[in-house]
Amino acid sequence: MSYSTRCAACKSLRRRCPQDCILAPYFPSNDPQRFASVQKIFGASNTTKILQQLPVHQRAEAADCMSFEAASRIQDPVYGCVGIISQLHQQILTTQHELAMTQAQLAFHYAQQETQQERRIMTQSQVQYDGPSSWFDPNQKEPFYLDQPLPDFHQPPGFL
Amino acid sequence: MTILKTTVSSVSEDLDSSLARSLKSDQKKGVIPLADSWTRRSQTAVKMASSSYSSSPCAACKFLRRKCMPGCVFAPYFPPEEPQKFANVHKIFGASNVTKLLNELPPHQREDAVNSLAYEAEARMKDPVYGCVGAISVLQRQVQRLQKELDAANSDLIRYACNEIPPVLPGQPQMSEDFGRRVGDGGGSFYHASGLPLPYPPPPWPDNQSGDNS
Repeated sequence: MSYSTRCAACKSLRRRCPQDCILAPYFPSNDPQRFASVQKIFGASNTTKILQQLPVHQRAEAADCMSFEAASRIQDPVYGCVGIISQLHQQILTTQHELAMTQAQLAFHYAQQETQQERRIMTQSQVQYDGPSSWFDPNQKEPFYLDQPLPDFHQPPGFL
Repeated sequence: MTILKTTVSSVSEDLDSSLARSLKSDQKKGVIPLADSWTRRSQTAVKMASSSYSSSPCAACKFLRRKCMPGCVFAPYFPPEEPQKFANVHKIFGASNVTKLLNELPPHQREDAVNSLAYEAEARMKDPVYGCVGAISVLQRQVQRLQKELDAANSDLIRYACNEIPPVLPGQPQMSEDFGRRVGDGGGSFYHASGLPLPYPPPPWPDNQSGDNS
């Protein structure tokens, strides 16, 4: 980043933007709001420290994620990203329930058909309802952090 | 959150065993379950009053090595028994930023805000690259997979009702796996197939998010 074109971070901090500015690649001057939100939530020095601790090839992703979290927190100052996680959990539960109901209906209809048309033979293992486990891929490594329960909120986010 | 925990206990067989183990571990550590949330909040209120006025400073003032004054903005939410909570929040967000955030909120929302900040801070401490967004990414993929499986089951039900084909039950490898292959991996739209919008902009999707940041 040349001296004449400061990154959004250095512009906001009113300082010279050095050639090796750590924030410049991730906070371009054409998107001042991106750095403004990160600065408001995390602070410029915290952001710099977090990025400095990461290898260079991971910093862009980290900056994007921090930008998203900051934007979420500004939009929802109480719950931020955690509100999204809560809503997704609820969607999973709802969809899981609907799937179970639908599969139960299918099983019922099939059982009816089987008694009527005995030539359609299916093995017990095929007929057996395995529950909702098919949607959960055991090979999908559980993200490190989903084993932590969500905090106990006075008012659960997303539920009015 | 009550729904989350009680549902976890009921479907623990279907979830990754680490989740069930973590909850049991929390119970052993004495984490009060959500059913006793009012009791916990009462206890917190008592602790808050005592930490502000007794010789024991709150976790924030202890960490910042300052006197914990009556009316300390952090004292109600950072009891001295949970030093790591404030340490994480301070490291990620900074004490002054947290103060500003709390001051912009009405008092009855501050506890929830602190707890969500603590959750985000801990997530980022454990995963400095993706933080909470990693969990969002995985959860959204799960929603998409579930939705596609639901769509497939509904299609089968409709076709069966029309007597076109015999019903394909869950566990049938052909139908589910076909859908699984078509779904593929990766992010895609933040809004899932059933069209329920979420009021947040789409997160940046990590390309190979596995929660492993080695």
